[in-house]
Amino acid sequence: MTAPGIDLSTVTEDGGPKGLGVGESRSGEASAVALRSASLSFGPRTLWQGLDLDIRPGEFFAVLGPNGSGKTSFLKVLLGLLPLTSGSAWVAGRPPGGAGGEVGYIPQQKGFGPDVPLRARDLVGLGIDGHRWGVRVRRRETDTEIRRLLERVGAGGYANVPVGQLSGGELQRLRVAQAVAGDPAVLLCDEPLLALDLNHQQAVSALIDQQRSETGAAVVFVTHEINPILDYVDRVLYLAQGEFRVGSPEEVMTTEVLSELYGSRVEVSRVNGRIVVLGLPDATTHLHHVHDQPALALDQHSEEDGS
Amino acid sequence: MNLGDIWNSIFAFDNYGEILALVQNSVWAGAVLGLLGGLVGTFVVRRDLAFAVHGISELSFAGAAFALLIGADVVTGSLVGSVAAALTIGLMGGRARSKNSIIGVLMPFGLGLGILFLSLYQGRSANKFGLLTGQIVAVDTVELQVLAIAALAVIAALVIVWRPLGFASVDPEMAQARGVPVRFLAILFMFLLGVSVALSIQIVGALLVLALLITPAAAAQKVTSSPVLAVVLSVVFAEIATVGGILVSIGGRIPISPYVTTLSFLIYVVCAGAAAVRKRRGGARSSPEALTPPVRVESGV
Ligand SMILES: Nc1ncnc2c1ncn2[C@@H]1O[C@H](COP(=O)(O)OP(=O)(O)O)[C@@H](O)[C@H]1O
Ligand SMILES: [Mg+2]
Repeated sequence: MTAPGIDLSTVTEDGGPKGLGVGESRSGEASAVALRSASLSFGPRTLWQGLDLDIRPGEFFAVLGPNGSGKTSFLKVLLGLLPLTSGSAWVAGRPPGGAGGEVGYIPQQKGFGPDVPLRARDLVGLGIDGHRWGVRVRRRETDTEIRRLLERVGAGGYANVPVGQLSGGELQRLRVAQAVAGDPAVLLCDEPLLALDLNHQQAVSALIDQQRSETGAAVVFVTHEINPILDYVDRVLYLAQGEFRVGSPEEVMTTEVLSELYGSRVEVSRVNGRIVVLGLPDATTHLHHVHDQPALALDQHSEEDGS
Repeated sequence: MNLGDIWNSIFAFDNYGEILALVQNSVWAGAVLGLLGGLVGTFVVRRDLAFAVHGISELSFAGAAFALLIGADVVTGSLVGSVAAALTIGLMGGRARSKNSIIGVLMPFGLGLGILFLSLYQGRSANKFGLLTGQIVAVDTVELQVLAIAALAVIAALVIVWRPLGFASVDPEMAQARGVPVRFLAILFMFLLGVSVALSIQIVGALLVLALLITPAAAAQKVTSSPVLAVVLSVVFAEIATVGGILVSIGGRIPISPYVTTLSFLIYVVCAGAAAVRKRRGGARSSPEALTPPVRVESGV
């Protein structure tokens, strides 16, 4: 690994400092998420190093990059499921994993078996009080809260359907409801739009942004595809080839920056307000990496709303 | 032996009242185990641990056989065997799939050991047979008390960890993200499972523990997707199987396990049948609690 990543965003819209240099030593406790000289390696392979980052409350922060670039690992570090190789991290003012109820998580999509004894409402209920000891005592209050969350994500119509029978889009709405239960300070989302049709991509993104704007939660949104969230994104962390770039989409999603990051010629252009990236090294194997090339079907796995 | 003799060996109700009074403790023991099996079973099924229960019970059998051989307490022996096996499987980590081959390796080893110990044992053969297939040993009051206290301790522990254990069982990744100590709960549950297996073996025997710890919960899961109702039904089914099995068996000359296993099997068949019928009637989305069943616009045909 030669050069470490570069933070392109030294100044925010309001003029304050955003990224902190390696030498600075603010504790990062006021930020929703803070990383200091953080690096992560598996054996000889370094996913990223020298990462300094402060994500503000209320910020919509996207993490982009090709498969295997370390996006999921980045979230796992913030969840406290994976230790940093070096450096330090804070989430909601605590070390990763220590902020339990202050962190909402939307996992990379994985369906449930048809026999799992769990209805949509039960899944949301787990997000509300599943981590508490004992059995549920305050049933009525919890039921009210479950109903509110289901309505909020438009899932009231299938509250009693077993989770194993839901479509990907329906399940993902529940994941949003589950994650926002208790209004956490930080929302960590791992490719929540994967395998969703365009309608559901927009609906799920909008729900997450709505939660952000209403509660001031910071959103860390891992995705292959920036266009569905382009209207919401404040900053981007782009991971590739063991390096990274941080900045606004305008700063990072450019021909110069991505070409440098990938070490080969990458064309970035804007078509009708969408970002199109051509010439990614692995674009032939992963069509998803072609950021919304208009000629391509947006989603290979688009599925129907199964009701 | 003609069919009539077989029938009379299986079902005999002469002097039923007197015999019932004699085996009263066994009926109570069955009721305690039904409650325990129904509760523990719901987590066994959710955590996909059916095969683990089998492995644990084989090693529990080996432990009991060893205790019998050296003249130690059989219950202690079976407890040591099953808890050791359960913790081994629990500490192995990983999800059910990767564990299954480990369990498959443990199982014949435990069974082989048990048979070795029993072959060396010189005492009453009824003792040997009982370990594998269960029996109504005349449970005395002290034994019943020990059983009830142990079962209540397991149930109390289950109640304390109920919500996070359920969360970790059905949605482990999310539970871990929410700060649930998933790994600790997995090992704790294996310990509780080990104790439950050892207790159940006293009544239904090592080979048939599955009928108590899995079948009732699996049957309940067939007919409801409400977690609360699933637990209630699982306990009810387990009680019907154990208490019912004991009540039917007491006049006959054969061990209790065939009655218990047959009853719980029948319950499962009925539940599976009901689920299949409902699925055909209501389509894929049917569930007993569904507020809005899928509406199909009927064409005029
Ligand atoms: N626990 C682990 N041990 C070793 N390698 C890992 C581990 N977790 C992830 N990796 C590797 O790190 C790389 C990044 O993985 P991941 O974070 O899942 O990427 P992404 O989500 O961007 O596709 C992959 O090459 C993966 O094989
Ligand atoms: Mg990933």
